[in-house]
Amino acid sequence: MNKLIQQKQLIQLISAHFKEIIRQPAVIFWGIIFPILMALGLGIAFTRQADIVRHVAVIENNPALTQNANKDLLIHAFLETHADKIEPFGKIPPQYKITLTDRKLGNTTFIFEKTTWHHAMVLLKRGNLGIIMDEENGRIEYHFDPLNTDAHFSYLKLSKIFGQNNALVEENIESVVPLTVHGTRYIDFLVPGLMAMGVMMSCMWGMSYGMIDKRSKKLLRRMVATPMKKSYFLISLMTVRITMNLIESALLFLFAWLVFHITIEGSIAGLLTIFIAGNIAFGGIAIFISCRTANTEIGNGLVNAVVMPMMVLSGVFFSYHNFPDWSIPFIQKLPLTLLADGLRGIFIEGAGYSEIILPTAILLSIGIFFFSAGLRFFKWH
Amino acid sequence: MKKNPVIEVKNVFKSFKNVQAVNGVDFKIFKGQSVALLGPNGAGKTTLMEMIEGIQKPDKGDILIMGKKWKGNERELHRDIGLSLQETHFIDRLTVFETLQLFASFYDLKRQRVDEIIHIIGLSEKTRSYVVNLSGGQRQRLALGIALLNDPKILLLDEPTTGLDPNARREIWSILRHLKKRSHTSLILTTHYMEEAEQLCERIIIIDKGRILKQGTLEQLLKADNDHKIIEFALDESNRAIDRLINSSEFQIQWDANKDTGVIVLNQIERQLPEFLNFLNQNNLRLRHLECRRKTLDDLFTTMTGRRLHE
Repeated sequence: MNKLIQQKQLIQLISAHFKEIIRQPAVIFWGIIFPILMALGLGIAFTRQADIVRHVAVIENNPALTQNANKDLLIHAFLETHADKIEPFGKIPPQYKITLTDRKLGNTTFIFEKTTWHHAMVLLKRGNLGIIMDEENGRIEYHFDPLNTDAHFSYLKLSKIFGQNNALVEENIESVVPLTVHGTRYIDFLVPGLMAMGVMMSCMWGMSYGMIDKRSKKLLRRMVATPMKKSYFLISLMTVRITMNLIESALLFLFAWLVFHITIEGSIAGLLTIFIAGNIAFGGIAIFISCRTANTEIGNGLVNAVVMPMMVLSGVFFSYHNFPDWSIPFIQKLPLTLLADGLRGIFIEGAGYSEIILPTAILLSIGIFFFSAGLRFFKWH
Repeated sequence: MKKNPVIEVKNVFKSFKNVQAVNGVDFKIFKGQSVALLGPNGAGKTTLMEMIEGIQKPDKGDILIMGKKWKGNERELHRDIGLSLQETHFIDRLTVFETLQLFASFYDLKRQRVDEIIHIIGLSEKTRSYVVNLSGGQRQRLALGIALLNDPKILLLDEPTTGLDPNARREIWSILRHLKKRSHTSLILTTHYMEEAEQLCERIIIIDKGRILKQGTLEQLLKADNDHKIIEFALDESNRAIDRLINSSEFQIQWDANKDTGVIVLNQIERQLPEFLNFLNQNNLRLRHLECRRKTLDDLFTTMTGRRLHE
């Protein structure tokens, strides 16, 4: 009988939390439509072959050069003879354009603008360009941030053009074979990452913030002044959140399957298992970080403190292997990395249960540990 | 009937940092009694109420609910108590019915009880309205409905009508008066409205700075000064003569020089009122307003503390 009463409580709590979520139109947008739009935008941006356009500043007011009678012989003369001149328009000064055509990798267009060193630095700081070209004693110099891979790319292309003193109009390197098979595209990498990020964001903001808000409005205090079983309140929150995350991720996958033809190469049961383990991990963390405060601003800070490092480090959008080698073992143990890697393993690499059993166990342990600790220290009043 | 108190507060102390919120409070409440904790903001009413509700623990002293301490008896006591906090926001996008149904599930109550409560609190037309769309008074009635769901033996209401307009306040009073007639529920409410205490409770505990100043029925509280009358008056313009009135041993006067208004407590109105009017006449002081009335709880509080209940 007592068990029946408790089940009734749990069902009513789940029903109330579910209605609370689905009756807010913004939830539908941010939970379902926004991730789909993100996948669409990034998928198109990184999957389709598109022209690359890069701006280059060419220094013309170098005092050393003004004394050089042959100043136009290198960059300037080269542009006059090999590049297309773009006439000035409004405040835009005259520019030169060189396009390297490539049917396999896409065209690359360089737009050169003659300017002063000071103005070139302003443009660089604003991110309008990544590389500055200059001449010193008859030698072309390239100024760019060596850590900026995009600027590095521009340098390699430009040095080839100016080194051969010949603007290539077509660049077809026969040895380059673009990979477009399923599982190797950016979108295949992105969608599991977006799903993992969705689970983290939904749990952390939806549960943590929701609980802090309920505490600040004294609803928690009112609820525990009844015979309600406290753990049922938290379990119902997690159940509703897992269900919503499942629906949101399923819709994201459906969209990615229809538009980008992504597929699940590995075990679907394994995918569900690690997905639920990820939800439990983030649900537990969410309960733990919101177990004391009643201040929503402190709650904001706490959620950001957990979410931001993982957003940056865990390789949702780009591989975390670009980080220093010493940091990789640490990054790989973050819950978001474990979930994203586990999902990618199943989506892309065709992983099965044996490959995901360890990350699943770690995620479950994290979830159970933080849930228990959160429940222990939870402040209901 | 009154041998076993349902609530017993025994020499309770509670402080927060440097503030002594409750400072040695003692009282008993018996079955079916309605008691008001009356005092201004910051008097310690809510802290005392929260200790009775089991939300806070006393630093010293004991609180027994139906002879039991809170520790170890939480679930059992929660079944017998209904409460309404000073301010509670329920889930915005649940309807009135769904909110009551959720709380009813905690007590294992059937739908029939939810329907009864909706009728009692007069929200039948708002059953399907979201909580977020209710007025302040309707939300407070919903909070009261939730407190009544389990047909509690003890009902604890913390400032149930604060912030409500007079109509909404009267609606809450009407529900509570109706409840008093029909059940043996013991009621404690905190308030700083003396009318509320007078209307709903047969016993009043006046509290200030964490201490009980006086307690008893309304009649008992006012009995000592029952023959005292209050004159509130306003002058068109005062002059120096008013100082003599203020310093007079004949009249206890509280004078507001900014508004040219005063309050006088008279213990022999038949003799003192003509003297007062004569004084005004002799000193060319013209009355703009004069009101004579019985002494109230607010006057009693002012006499004891020098402050008014609403300050």
